[in-house]
Amino acid sequence: MNWIDFHLPVLLILLPLMGGVISIFLKWEHIAWLWTTMISSLVFVGSGRLLYLLHQLQGLKTQDGLIPSHISYFIGSWPRQWGIELRIDPLNIIFILVVSLMFFIVTVYARRSIASEIPGDRIHFFYSIWMLAITGLLGILVTGDAFNIYVLLEISSLTIYTLIAMGKERDPRALTASFRYLIQGSIGASFILLGIGYLLMITGTLNLQDMREQLLLLDDFSRNRTVMVASAFLMVGLGLKMALFPLHFWLPNAYAYAPSAVSALLAATATKVGVYMFFRFVFTVLDAGHRIYFVSIRDLIMICAGSGVLICSLMAIYQQNIKKMLAYSSVAQVGYIVLGLALNNEAGIAGSLVHVINHALIKGGMFMAVGAVTYRCGANMLSDFRGLGRQMPWTMAAFTAGGFGLIGFPLTAGFVSKWYLIRGAVEAGAWPVTVVILIGSLLAVIYVWRIIETIYFVAPENPERSVQEAPLSMLLPTLLVIAASLYFGFDAMLTGSLAEQAARVMLSGGLP
Amino acid sequence: MRIDFPPGFLLFLTAALIALFGRNRKITGIIAVTGTLLTLAAVLSGIRYGLGELTFQFVGDPQTGEPLRLNLLQQNAPTSLFAAIFALMAFGGVLYSLHKNSRVELSGALFYAGSALCAVYAGDLVTLFICWELMAVGSTLVVLVGGQKHSRNSAMRYALVHFGGGVCFMAGITLYLVQGGSAALDSNPLSSVLVSYLSELNSLSSWLILIGVLINAGAPPFGAWLPDAYPEASETGMVFLSAFTTKTAVYVLMMLFAGAEILIYTGMVMAVYGIVYAILENDMRRILAYSIINQVGFMVCGIGIGSELALSGTAAHAFAHIIYKALLLMSAGSVLTMTGKRKCTDLGGLYQTMPVTMVCGIIGALAISAAPLTSGFTTKSMITSAAGFEAANTASAGSVYVLAWYVLTAASAGVFLHAGIKFPWFVFFQKDSGLRPPDPPINMKAAMVFFSGLCVLFGVWTEPVYSLLPFPPMEAHGDGVQTYNAWTVTHVLDQLQLLVASGVAFFLLLPLLKRTLTVTLDFDYIYRKCIPMFWHKVCIPLYSSYTGLVRGVFSEAERLKNQLTRISVKPDASGHQIMRAVINHDWPVGRIMTLVTLLLFLYLFLLFLKSG
Repeated sequence: MNWIDFHLPVLLILLPLMGGVISIFLKWEHIAWLWTTMISSLVFVGSGRLLYLLHQLQGLKTQDGLIPSHISYFIGSWPRQWGIELRIDPLNIIFILVVSLMFFIVTVYARRSIASEIPGDRIHFFYSIWMLAITGLLGILVTGDAFNIYVLLEISSLTIYTLIAMGKERDPRALTASFRYLIQGSIGASFILLGIGYLLMITGTLNLQDMREQLLLLDDFSRNRTVMVASAFLMVGLGLKMALFPLHFWLPNAYAYAPSAVSALLAATATKVGVYMFFRFVFTVLDAGHRIYFVSIRDLIMICAGSGVLICSLMAIYQQNIKKMLAYSSVAQVGYIVLGLALNNEAGIAGSLVHVINHALIKGGMFMAVGAVTYRCGANMLSDFRGLGRQMPWTMAAFTAGGFGLIGFPLTAGFVSKWYLIRGAVEAGAWPVTVVILIGSLLAVIYVWRIIETIYFVAPENPERSVQEAPLSMLLPTLLVIAASLYFGFDAMLTGSLAEQAARVMLSGGLP
Repeated sequence: MRIDFPPGFLLFLTAALIALFGRNRKITGIIAVTGTLLTLAAVLSGIRYGLGELTFQFVGDPQTGEPLRLNLLQQNAPTSLFAAIFALMAFGGVLYSLHKNSRVELSGALFYAGSALCAVYAGDLVTLFICWELMAVGSTLVVLVGGQKHSRNSAMRYALVHFGGGVCFMAGITLYLVQGGSAALDSNPLSSVLVSYLSELNSLSSWLILIGVLINAGAPPFGAWLPDAYPEASETGMVFLSAFTTKTAVYVLMMLFAGAEILIYTGMVMAVYGIVYAILENDMRRILAYSIINQVGFMVCGIGIGSELALSGTAAHAFAHIIYKALLLMSAGSVLTMTGKRKCTDLGGLYQTMPVTMVCGIIGALAISAAPLTSGFTTKSMITSAAGFEAANTASAGSVYVLAWYVLTAASAGVFLHAGIKFPWFVFFQKDSGLRPPDPPINMKAAMVFFSGLCVLFGVWTEPVYSLLPFPPMEAHGDGVQTYNAWTVTHVLDQLQLLVASGVAFFLLLPLLKRTLTVTLDFDYIYRKCIPMFWHKVCIPLYSSYTGLVRGVFSEAERLKNQLTRISVKPDASGHQIMRAVINHDWPVGRIMTLVTLLLFLYLFLLFLKSG
């Protein structure tokens, strides 16, 4: 057990990487799926174990101040200056848990959905790429090395472009969506690379922790032009990756035309990893000098995020394609997350992190419900939802509960996020932010209303159309995720304490 | 037996059971009647044997590190009375709607009643807020399935107004907590720190909370949702709606703002506003909707006065009001069910064939006018007496209490005018409309008779109501205090004078009051018409002219024209169609990249500027 515990951080990357490579040879779709499920469950158990280990360390810390509350793993036992360090701390453990949980659940869900949307001879390739994408995402989260982040970002991006393009059997527009994402994503990635390059130039190291220490030693840190340019490139590049308005143009189409399971996974994980990198670079690396690189552009970030919340919620109101509507709502939710981060106080950052968890559950669950509709009705336009309240009661109940979560209704997880965010905004005295959050939730009422009304109160166009409830293998994961989102609305002690702890770490300079 | 859970949970359970199993009228009816009776029993046994405790942790507090505890079970001063009437009302409403299988409406209505019932047991602000939001969902559902012509749009507006009020309330609570306040509610509003802080109204948080609550109370200019939405509910739905939202708001005002002077003015405005609009109105259910605002005005005024007697009077009045308002709406609903008509101009002469409905309607009308021997008399006079007492005890002659006393007395006369005579007269008597509908189904009759009975019972036997009051109803009398007595000669004579005078006035002015087919404009015009108009007539043309501008400036007319034709909007497309086309038009990658570059330069420029 000790041996496994010791190597857990690297196993999180190695398991899906090896799993993905092996999956290429598993030509039988069920076996490929079973293999993926096994890998994903191992990854999930592993990340749960990591959380436990981290907590034990923190338990020790209260008795003896010397033990650090993060887990470091040095690949090949090379010291961090030369080798690669993997590092688990209260911030990334949240993201690791979210990604591995959704990876596991969506994989379970994917079997029938994918079988109906992708030709049988390509399914094992699909699962292979699926796992490689997760390798990239988890890798970004665990690594403590800037260049590693870039490489793994490329791995995850390339695989995600492929995953989106695989939706072409159902809708050929998936190809253009994927291509447009490829162009924008690559530019984002190259901006990030430029940013990392400038930082390397000035600090001579790629290790994030080291980078930070070297930056602190600079005399003219707050006026250094190189660092300034680096931070600008990083902000814009990461903005593209996490779909911060107005850099979100790739997202709606990509989510709308990807295979259902891919949309669910991406909505829950991909932009979240972008948010994580933003956190990492802003708070851990550029922290020194009282975050001058953040504070001076905070207003701009807030304006971007705030207008993202408002404009994209409005756009969601006008969508006929439900996946696209959810995608626009995702951009709006990224706006909330970034607003919380930009508030720069404990409640705001905790709100932002809680919302990362909650939104992953809510939006993942809703995309899964839409996927079930696609599976049964063959399409996911608003008109297809007519009368489904009777025909697919459980799926629609899940979708409705998710919709309430998006509004931020009490007793759903969305409320907890809203609670923290408003609290942070009020504490910071940022009234415009409070108003934006409140108006945003009213706009969410409108776009959720449209669908719920259609589901329950509009008679189907073709009354003879018989639609069955989604198969259990799709229904159960959906219900599980939505139930979790409801549970975290009742009892937010777990998510709240994780987020608050991470927020404290971030505010004290990214050092646990 | 001691009650260890909020009785509202029983209603939630009932609502869920109906939603799951209410396949036909019989099953729905059995579940609903049993559920509401059990709730009533639980409430009464809670009053008799006391409450247990139920708290749980909800979310950590970033400031103190202490988790926020939700307290679901607390006996506050006005809790007993409100809980009793809410439970009674849920039963009455169920009884009234037994004749049809209203699975969705009834589960929505019971969920709504359950959350209102939970709200009165809430022991802290956050629990209160949560129940508040749950109520909005249940009631929206009731409006939504109303089956009237505009039900859906009305329900949407209703939901937006209430969630808007909810976020206002929430922002206020958060601000209050951030400023170091404690979320716990004091069970006695008159000695509560929270109340004295909020009712001073010198902080933003108290204003936000006040506005949030007043929206639900139906105070103008926020109250236009009420006559907009309620008449769009079904005849059974409106009976439920009339009881809970505004009265929960009254309860919350009492718990948070007892004695805030601004409420006296608000209440007076509400009382007058309700009367004016009710007199102008033609739709019988809209008349009754406006009269809710008028009646709630009395209660808000009482809360503003804030003495023990005034608060007791308010609570008692809310109790009586729920009964007779429901009774009036039941009688109006029976007429609507049997004739399908809702305009006063279309009705008349129904006394011949609907005697039970007519008699019950008149009892309700007498009760709302506070005629002696009805429940309205024993409760409303308490508020007016409190105003009169405070007026007599205040040094300055022109004090707000004197004004309040005059306005309330005048409004009492007005109530008799619009609800007491106008409603029964135009519906049941007046000219003969030629309609000969029979009395409604037996369950509707039973509900009406039950509530008429309660109206009269609590008019002559005040003991049960008075024993539940938040404060013992004491009245200064000579040198000592004694239990409040509505049956003094002066009270009875005053009220009779008022009734006779306004009755005479009504029949003298009858030609002027003849109802014509009018539509009255209210504040809801702003959000129903002006905001959409602004969007379609200003925002969208601005956007189109913007594209025109771009075309001119960059002289790329041909290319842009191609692009615009790709957007392909017909010249006569509606605003929605244009928006949809514009939104779904994908930007070319080149333009996106220009934007990215611009943003990069903006970042650099800002950084450069700040670092000097």
